[in-house]
Amino acid sequence: MRKEFTITITGEAGQGMQTIGMVLCGLFKNTGCHIFANQDYMSRIRGGNNFFQIRISNTPAYTLRQKFDIVVALDKNSVEIHKHKLAKNGIIIADKKQFKILQDDIFDVPFYDIAKKYGSEIFINSVACGVVLSITGIDFKILEDSLKQAFSDKTTQIIENNIASAKQGYDFTTQEYKQDTYKIVCCRPTKKFLMNGNDAIALGAIKAGCKFYTAYPMTPSTSIMNVIAHFAKNYNIVIEQAEDEIAAINMAIGASFAGVRSMSGTSGGGLALMVEGVSLSGMTETPVVIVDAQRPAPATGFPTRTEQADLNFVLHSGHGEFARAIFTPGTIEQAFYLTIKAFDIAEKYQIPVFIMTDQHLADSYRDVILDPNSMITKRHIIGKDESEGVNSYKRYTLTENGISPRAIPSWIKGVIYVDSDEHTEEGHITEDAEIRNRMVEKRFYKKMKGLMQEVQSPETYNEDAEIILVGFGSTYGVLKEACENFKEKSLGFLHLSQVWPFPSSGVISVLMKAKTIVNVENNAGSQLGNLLFSQTGIKPDASILKFDGRPFDVDYLMEKLEKLWSKKTS
Amino acid sequence: MEQKDFLSSDSPTWCPGCGNFGVLTALKKAIVNINKEPKDILLVSGIGQAAKLPHYIKCNCFNGLHGRALPVAVAAKIANHKLTVIVTTGDGDCYGEGGNHLLHNIRRNVDITVIVHNNQIYGLTKGQASPTTDIGYVTQFQPQGVFEEPLHPVSMAISLGCGFVARGYSADTKHLSWLIGEAIRYKGFSLVDVLQPCVVFNKKNTYQWYSEKAYKLEPSYDSSDKVLALQKADEWDNKIPLGIIYKKQKQTFEEKTGLYNLPPLIEQDIENIDITIALEEFK
Ligand SMILES: Cc1ncc(C[n+]2csc(CCOP(=O)(O)OP(=O)(O)O)c2C)c(N)n1
Ligand code: SF4
Repeated sequence: MRKEFTITITGEAGQGMQTIGMVLCGLFKNTGCHIFANQDYMSRIRGGNNFFQIRISNTPAYTLRQKFDIVVALDKNSVEIHKHKLAKNGIIIADKKQFKILQDDIFDVPFYDIAKKYGSEIFINSVACGVVLSITGIDFKILEDSLKQAFSDKTTQIIENNIASAKQGYDFTTQEYKQDTYKIVCCRPTKKFLMNGNDAIALGAIKAGCKFYTAYPMTPSTSIMNVIAHFAKNYNIVIEQAEDEIAAINMAIGASFAGVRSMSGTSGGGLALMVEGVSLSGMTETPVVIVDAQRPAPATGFPTRTEQADLNFVLHSGHGEFARAIFTPGTIEQAFYLTIKAFDIAEKYQIPVFIMTDQHLADSYRDVILDPNSMITKRHIIGKDESEGVNSYKRYTLTENGISPRAIPSWIKGVIYVDSDEHTEEGHITEDAEIRNRMVEKRFYKKMKGLMQEVQSPETYNEDAEIILVGFGSTYGVLKEACENFKEKSLGFLHLSQVWPFPSSGVISVLMKAKTIVNVENNAGSQLGNLLFSQTGIKPDASILKFDGRPFDVDYLMEKLEKLWSKKTS
Repeated sequence: MEQKDFLSSDSPTWCPGCGNFGVLTALKKAIVNINKEPKDILLVSGIGQAAKLPHYIKCNCFNGLHGRALPVAVAAKIANHKLTVIVTTGDGDCYGEGGNHLLHNIRRNVDITVIVHNNQIYGLTKGQASPTTDIGYVTQFQPQGVFEEPLHPVSMAISLGCGFVARGYSADTKHLSWLIGEAIRYKGFSLVDVLQPCVVFNKKNTYQWYSEKAYKLEPSYDSSDKVLALQKADEWDNKIPLGIIYKKQKQTFEEKTGLYNLPPLIEQDIENIDITIALEEFK
């Protein structure tokens, strides 16, 4: 009996690894297990090698493992590619006859024959589900329900064929595979949600009252657009595919100026086009939320892979000096709650707010519990009723905290002037030096000061440990699991889910006590490490950096730490 | 509403005699005629001499980035479809830097009006060629004379399927103001290309040059005939037609998306959004 294992479904692009992977995720979640699943896909629609890995565990899972326990290979290539990643006692499942494989140590299942019996190769996925289920000792009934749910939009004939082929795969395995190495200890089922980072951002935006979403498609941000589009009718949201990212950000700003909460999402290359608009938001003091779902760059980079190398870019995107906030959620829950907060902060301070994620967080699935009603939305505008009495209005009234009350056009009796040129309190163009000083103080110093008061504190674990790992964004999971596994060696972490304004005091108080500080980042330039130094004067003692386009996994990080540790003690 | 209700506290910084004054006069008249309050009108612009115009009328104003007036304008209209949204832009702003947005917003067909002050030159940056500068025109940056084929905005807009395309002349404010009024009344994306003399940098297309060539379309002209419209749009070298060159009603973005059936997006309550139903799909 097992408390945890990793299943990988692998084959060519277009073979439906995603579908079968998601069915298995849902199914194991319903048995009460915890799930962490991630796709590794190439930038192509057919062919190549893609894989979908699912970690199934009795305890909450936050990250990937390096080795696979069960590999379901849907083509011949996959066997070759993934053989060496097999864990001790691992098992490869494949159709030996179909792929003409002679190797002995493979559990041979006649996927093609079974599927063909029910009409078509498309049922291979269901056969595979049946096989995995039998190996892990789960009752077939659960699979039947899951398949019904997954194919609810198909004809009854198709659903029945799927179930029948799954059953045959299940029965075949029950007969042929007698070991119980992979029988899982089930937990008590709870009602949890299964989603990825982009789902959480989209839902957060809907909850926060986003009424206008516009973007130009770019992996890995695209599914935010798809999820919002899926719910747009129910929540009266207008979505529009912009002609380019320049249009997208300017549209988001236009809608926001008119009075609605708006957002755009892209990846680094698209953000490169948006930067003039970021600056426009800063100058005109128009709130906007921008998601940067990072992928490896420069230029088009690795379109479907992961990296955390846009930090410097986002910190400095846009010309000139103005306040901004940057959130870097590390988990799916944080992606949801921080998106709601991003809208709030953007509107309150009338600034651009960034949510930085990456392909790894965007595309990896976990079981989560979210409380949709835990946050109340409060608007920071002159409300409709209040507006009726407002006659003469100055958009950029100078105030103590740098925030001018924001009116909505057509609600107030007066008119609103907004300008990208330097402007007077009224919003008209000016070249006056003194007004320029006041406006820079307002947009930059005063707003930053306010933002500093509400910065998201870093999360810490094992604060008194000798070694403290420092990370931001999607590495949360590996930091956490590495520390949990290393407990006896006194390892702790500090994770930043907001990097700007930088939560200096909180960070300093933790890091002052640490003997060794190691920053862990998915980039080559140690960008967080440098930011830490520039904001606190604390320099990390070592860096663990990974920039091959693949995410960290807990085993990899532990290996690196082990090496570091032995160097230190030798 | 009267002219005085639209009086701005800011006064123009244009050169004396500039063709922009005529557009300002015509636009003010048109706005008074549509009988809306200043608070219900939004003027959006990019950057350039023409783009400064919104400051000189008391209406809501968003003066954004060079070339980027259209995305701001259409999105503001989508957010609050009760606003009357008008863009004032230059030939460089709209046909040069903002060309892609023009192309796609003609397709998008949101109900806004775009007035292009076409002086066939870059005014604010001191006299470089614009996409509509005539071949052979010599500037500091084009000492050999412009050799690129100029863009023909009117025929281009008609070919792209724009439902309302007009040409006006800033020296004929009465006619121009009528054109602008018709463009605002038109439901959908409307484009008014205005011949606008720049008395400082354009030494070729002067008041005299435009006045000699410009003529108004006959009342009998059938603006719904696309073939005829394209023929008219091609007239340039000796005679330049003014008027509504092409007009055809098409479904707007607002109609297609059903926006008109809803209260404007800005009026929706967002304080109590219940996402439990959406979350169900992730169970
Ligand atoms: C991104 C960007 N590029 C260039 C400029 C400089 N610029 C300001 S106005 C302008 C051209 C304006 O020409 P046009 O639209 O024809 O307006 P006009 O001044 O002639 O009315 C340029 C190139 C700018 N402000 N922003
Ligand atoms: S430079 Fe030309 S367009 Fe600009 S204000 Fe002077 S005359 Fe008008």
